[in-house]
Amino acid sequence: MTAPRAWRRFTPGQTAARTLARLGLAAVVAWMLARLGVRWEWVADAPTQIGDLLGRMFPPEWAFAPALVDPLIQTVNIATLGTALAVFLSLPVAFCAALNTTPNRGAYALARFVMVVSRSVDTLIWALIFVIVVGPGSLAGMLAVAMRSVGFVSKLFAEGIEEIDRGQVEAVAATGATRGQLLVYGVLPQVRPVLAGVCIYRWDINIRESTVLGLVGAGGIGFALNEAILGLEWSRVGLILVVILGVVIVSEAASAYLRGRAT
Amino acid sequence: MLEVTALDKTYPGGDHALRAVSFTVEGNDPVFVIGPSGAGKSTLLRCINRLVEPDRGSVRLDGEEITALEGAALRAARRKMGMIFQEFNLVERLTVMENVLSGRLGYVTLWRAWRRRFPPEDVEAAFATLARVGLEGFEGKRADELSGGQRQRVGIARALVQRPKILLVDEPTSSLDPRTSESVLRLIVDLAAEDRIPALVNIHDVPLARAFARRILGLREGAIVYDGPVEGLTDEALARIYGGAVLGEDAR
Repeated sequence: MTAPRAWRRFTPGQTAARTLARLGLAAVVAWMLARLGVRWEWVADAPTQIGDLLGRMFPPEWAFAPALVDPLIQTVNIATLGTALAVFLSLPVAFCAALNTTPNRGAYALARFVMVVSRSVDTLIWALIFVIVVGPGSLAGMLAVAMRSVGFVSKLFAEGIEEIDRGQVEAVAATGATRGQLLVYGVLPQVRPVLAGVCIYRWDINIRESTVLGLVGAGGIGFALNEAILGLEWSRVGLILVVILGVVIVSEAASAYLRGRAT
Repeated sequence: MLEVTALDKTYPGGDHALRAVSFTVEGNDPVFVIGPSGAGKSTLLRCINRLVEPDRGSVRLDGEEITALEGAALRAARRKMGMIFQEFNLVERLTVMENVLSGRLGYVTLWRAWRRRFPPEDVEAAFATLARVGLEGFEGKRADELSGGQRQRVGIARALVQRPKILLVDEPTSSLDPRTSESVLRLIVDLAAEDRIPALVNIHDVPLARAFARRILGLREGAIVYDGPVEGLTDEALARIYGGAVLGEDAR
């Protein structure tokens, strides 16, 4: 009989280091929780508050529904026009941001910068800015949606452009076509399915985003929601939340259907 | 007519694709370029219409120096050279008619190209050319619906509708079965003869080259090692082009 062979996954030194790391992580989390400034008596009260709120929202004030038709149309229009404007602006950005179609390094850097700026600022912040610039209302909302979407759309579009078949473009170049003709005739037909898919996907996201734009005064159903909350009209709030849920479900279904067809 | 002098090309990766290639094409007889894969045949054609930039040397078409051209002048020169590709390179998601009309892009504005509003005489020429390649009635089909042989016929129509002064043909039959290969090559040679233009045809299939060529250029490792009539293509000459060891396999 030989003695059973010992095997350890970690050396004692490693084990000690791992324990220390865990303690350190726990300390950081504890410090962060402490910094939250939680009022425990409020937390304890939360279940009662939830019950109370739901009680006041229910039943929803169905009679208020006709007044929501116009804000709802506005919301869909903000999302749709915003997406359309974003796609229009994204085409040149994407052509500059794709390595195989960019005219030069300067244009490439500029396009990448536009993408980062667009994507790093949230739609609500864009909306705050445009409410100041063009005043409250749907126009501000549409511009905010467009600004936020440009980065997303042009990034995915540029990736699509980078994956095209070079041979088809080469053949169009061999006929003596100009740069613009190359894009229109050799590149665009190849990326059209990608473009359609990205548009529909972003439109779906924008429907959801534009439901909250009214909170900062940029139009749509969020505006009605904000008014109802400030006026403590809880049964109206309940109705608006139900309507928003319905719109989002419908837009998701529509988007899934359209994307299935866009090939 | 076409005059290539001391053309040299080294790719950034260090691949020396062309070594001081010189030849001239006079008259309207087709010239077939043979040689093993990687001998520089495709690079040679692409240096002539500047899809690939040669490092040194000169290309003259009807006396005009192509290697010095830029911008609009280069595009005007490309219009005079119709190119036919190994993988057909049709824009797959466009119709046959749109693909053929792309041969007229050099003559129309971006706005017209965008709206597909080509001048009536271009549309008429495209219809006529489709008939010449045997694809009457195919104008509304999308390129990705066609068979390989049909696609290459569209490729031929696209090149011819440019009304070029020369055809640059890059391995037109490599993606086709043997029977289709022969009919496609026959079509290219016959139509070029009808239009009284020469064709510079890359091909690796020696029997096909023998069947259709009067004059052969042999390319090996980027250099021309044979330039002469097809009758002079002896076993000894083939050995020079393909190397003795692979003769049985590649050249049969």
